[in-house]
Amino acid sequence: MTKQITTNTGNPPSIQTDQLSLFYARKSAFKDVTLSIKSGSITALIGPSGCGKTSFLTCLNRLTELTPNCQISGRILLGDQNLQTLNVISLRRRVGMLFQKPNPFPLSIIRNIEFPLREHGVRNREEIDHIIEVALQDVGLWDEVKDRLKTPALSLSGGQQQRLCLARAIALKPDVLLMDEPCSALDPLSSEVVEDLITKLRLKYTVIVVTHNLAQAKRIADHVAVFWFQDGAGKLIESGSVAQIFESPQHTLTAAYVTGRTG
Amino acid sequence: MKYKTPYPELLSTAIIWAIAASVTGALLWLLSDVFWHGMSQVNWEFLTQSPSNAGREGGIAPIIVSTALIVGVCLVVSIPLGVGTAVLIAEFAANKSILGRLVRLSLDVLAGVPSIVFGLFGNAFFCKTLGMGFSILSGGLTLACMVLPILIRSTQEGFRAVPDDYRRSAAALGVSRIATLWELLLPAAMPGVAVGLLLGLGRAIAETAALIFTSGYVDRMPESLWDSGRSLSVHIYDLAMNVSGGEANAYASALVLVSFLVLINSAISWLAQRFRQSKILVV
Repeated sequence: MTKQITTNTGNPPSIQTDQLSLFYARKSAFKDVTLSIKSGSITALIGPSGCGKTSFLTCLNRLTELTPNCQISGRILLGDQNLQTLNVISLRRRVGMLFQKPNPFPLSIIRNIEFPLREHGVRNREEIDHIIEVALQDVGLWDEVKDRLKTPALSLSGGQQQRLCLARAIALKPDVLLMDEPCSALDPLSSEVVEDLITKLRLKYTVIVVTHNLAQAKRIADHVAVFWFQDGAGKLIESGSVAQIFESPQHTLTAAYVTGRTG
Repeated sequence: MKYKTPYPELLSTAIIWAIAASVTGALLWLLSDVFWHGMSQVNWEFLTQSPSNAGREGGIAPIIVSTALIVGVCLVVSIPLGVGTAVLIAEFAANKSILGRLVRLSLDVLAGVPSIVFGLFGNAFFCKTLGMGFSILSGGLTLACMVLPILIRSTQEGFRAVPDDYRRSAAALGVSRIATLWELLLPAAMPGVAVGLLLGLGRAIAETAALIFTSGYVDRMPESLWDSGRSLSVHIYDLAMNVSGGEANAYASALVLVSFLVLINSAISWLAQRFRQSKILVV
């Protein structure tokens, strides 16, 4: 279907969290998460609802800062840099995000990609057009929309919107992509297309994807981290390769969850 | 089971139509009355001449100019201040903070304060304390105070209606808050801003009580913002209440006022729509 992803050719960074905890006012979202995410791999975060997976994800691009009274303790390393002290604008350029619900801006298809690009200082018309074409080709949307780039992005189907959002993110040449249940609001066919795209991101990006779909985690991920709600907070109870988690889980809760007995 | 007769539905339909018709009818009656009595008086001379014989004769040119200046001062002050304040409380102050709630509550109270109270305030503060005297400036500023709460609340509601998705996805792409505000949020909130402006301006241009105390009722052509000037509404009030034989010109002035209101409302709606469409594309 689509060609290989061409947007990024860099060397994506690893991510390491150390005793990371997040509180909303006094309520704890998750506690003491120490997780290392390998460079260029796809890591799936799984676990029941409300155990802090999405909150964990938003720590990695500091979107938590939009929520008042939100506090973080612990440390996050992006490559060998302390993520919390980086400039937030350039951090978010490096760490892109795809949300659960496709959320293109109420702009034309082309402006959806152009607007953030311009914000990051890309002003040359030819360069912009080139980046837009490459990004749309990377997500397999170019042929579908090339004749109507000026039409509203909101008139696209849900699956197309989600792919546009992915194109918008990779147009900024990030090296990490965060995805919060990127397929859960899509129909099965669109979901398959997006899932297919995610696997193509392997090696070029460090991808972290939250999913409730265990079969999907098994299909697309290299590594899996299992979150669970324990003692009033989300905890990371186990992490490892897909094979480890699904075939020889160490934790009894993981075993029960991946075989569908609980969760 | 037998289906009951449709009469109750017919009755309720009739009542709803009757209510709607009477409301529309009242408005139409008012407008046609103004139009009917005023139309014969309004002509080019009326619009370009100065009033004479206490307004019974002559035109309303200085009054139109004063009105435009007063409303102009009001808008120039209230739009940036109002939209700015609304942005501050809607986008930058925490929604549930005590300060935010306090500001909202005081704005709601202010929006309901009778205009005569604003007039007294304007007289005490702008005319006397700040020494502006009876002037177009005092009147415009007093009107701005009156319009602000309406404009702020409405703009703020406009911002609240913008889905949070825009803010989150823009932030996640590393787009600055200012750019998000200007390119996405303000255009999306534009209908709220426009409604606030229309309601506020409607209140301002029709205002009499607050202006008698602040911009005064001198009917000469104003030479600067420091001159006293009579607004259309004050002129109508004066002709109708204080000048015997002034009814004809009162009606004519009312017609001019209503026409201006319609014109300005259309212009604002159009501009707001243009701004919105130049920025965002909604399906």
